[in-house]
Amino acid sequence: MEISANTQALAYLVSAVLFIFALKGLTHPSSARQGNYLGMLGMLIAIVATLAGSEVTSYGFIIAGVVAGALIGGVLAARVQMTAMPQLVAALHSFVGMAAVLVAIGTFLNRQAADTLNAVLMGELSAGIVIGAITFSGSVVAFGKLQGLISGAPVRFAGQHHLNALMGVLTLALAVHFAMTGSMTSLIVMTLLAFILGFTLIIPIGGADMPVIISMLNSYSGWAAAATGFTLHNNLLIIVGALVGFSGAILSYIMCRAMNRSILNVVFGGFGSETGGQESAGAVAADKGVKSASVEDAIYWMDDANRVIVIPGYGMAVAQAQHALKEMMELLEAKNVEVRFAIHPVAGRMPGHMNVLLAEADIPYDHVLEMDEINPEFASTDVALVVGANDVVNPAAKTDSSSPIYGMPILEAGKARHVYFLKRSMRPGYSGVDNLLFYQDNVSLIFGDAKDTIEGMVTALKGGGH
Amino acid sequence: MPDTLVALYVFVLACFIGYFVVWGVTPALHTPLVALTNAISGIVIVGALLVTGLEEASGTAEIIGFFAVLLASINVFGGFLVTNRMLAMFKKKKK
Repeated sequence: MEISANTQALAYLVSAVLFIFALKGLTHPSSARQGNYLGMLGMLIAIVATLAGSEVTSYGFIIAGVVAGALIGGVLAARVQMTAMPQLVAALHSFVGMAAVLVAIGTFLNRQAADTLNAVLMGELSAGIVIGAITFSGSVVAFGKLQGLISGAPVRFAGQHHLNALMGVLTLALAVHFAMTGSMTSLIVMTLLAFILGFTLIIPIGGADMPVIISMLNSYSGWAAAATGFTLHNNLLIIVGALVGFSGAILSYIMCRAMNRSILNVVFGGFGSETGGQESAGAVAADKGVKSASVEDAIYWMDDANRVIVIPGYGMAVAQAQHALKEMMELLEAKNVEVRFAIHPVAGRMPGHMNVLLAEADIPYDHVLEMDEINPEFASTDVALVVGANDVVNPAAKTDSSSPIYGMPILEAGKARHVYFLKRSMRPGYSGVDNLLFYQDNVSLIFGDAKDTIEGMVTALKGGGH
Repeated sequence: MPDTLVALYVFVLACFIGYFVVWGVTPALHTPLVALTNAISGIVIVGALLVTGLEEASGTAEIIGFFAVLLASINVFGGFLVTNRMLAMFKKKKK
């Protein structure tokens, strides 16, 4: 059955509306799954409407591609560990980028054969190729950093920004030349340069800024889809591209705000490279020493507490301590202790990473609170348990104007009556900044693997308390 | 109004929709949001289908299109399924 161009356009409109509802569903966990199903329906309608249109006449390669893609995508989605979600997302971003490049080149070949190329179209093709290529290689770098294939440390060298700027200008010039003349050489060199540019733009950004990188590349992948929409004069692609592009942009903004840094500072800053600096308040406090405590000390206070707040960070994910935390939560709740989890916006390697890990461990989402909701609660909290987090509770962000993290909003764990840090060692957080909280009177450190320590607490709580 | 200008209108207005809808997303669901946007940016599959399925497409264009269809479908299937898997984990307290 073949549908007319108008029917197809209407189907695309329905599909676009369904995608908007899909995003709207994420307003609350209770409506989110339904939203996701609406998104699937929207995609199905878009694909069927495209296949049923007059432009698609041969199906062999299409069926092969979709079946293989469905298998690979299905296996990836079913197998991926929640801790590895940032890697999966980075990989998927790179695929969108590459698909956009391929679609643009394929369109160019088809239009060249039909002799229907024009300057505007070639300009739009260039945009699709350049944005797609930058998204692809940038995401490959992000994937490499997340997976530990390449160092997470920012890679910097003299003249880096000038080199990037030069390549950027050159890429633009080649795009213009290609649009004016249709020169194949310009097209190829422009494409290669854009791939290199994606690599050199992301490599100087440190691993600590992963949540921003992921959000930025999310945004790029949206713009790549939108550019593809312009080349094909397809409004559905343009709408979806704009939605995704803005989604990533807003997430980038939220992440930057949570670190009190500008996006330019993240992109050009190379955070985490500076080492200490001059004598700061941190060094002075270091002389006061740090108290270390045992599991039993912490349990003594938690057992009798009215409220315990857990502050998870990426260290919790590395140690896979979330399941043990769930068990601890249940044991404490059985003793009428209220247990809450406090999430800083940049905890973990991507936006909302901690929430997913806690949800995976079956911790109810109404026990998991955002920074602004939970901060007023710390003052009336008996025990704050910091599991694998560091910078996000560092009071230096408020008090030490010489600190690199000064101005960053923090979780006010230090206001709790007792604070226990679960730490492997005295190694500072990603920012490389000493944590002033360690030296506060009400704060103790429990050294060891976070999972082992929490399991120790679980055993002690099962032991019947005192 | 030329087609490209119409496309620009659609684009700019869609940006506003994106802005307002995404600000409404709860921070707890930011990871599923990224995964879902992964899935729906797989919409480039529409472009890939048009390149591959064109009657006049050359052999080269068909091969290029095949890989575009493959990559975009990984996004579509992988993105929606992993989002679904994550969202299924978000539960309220059991009674």
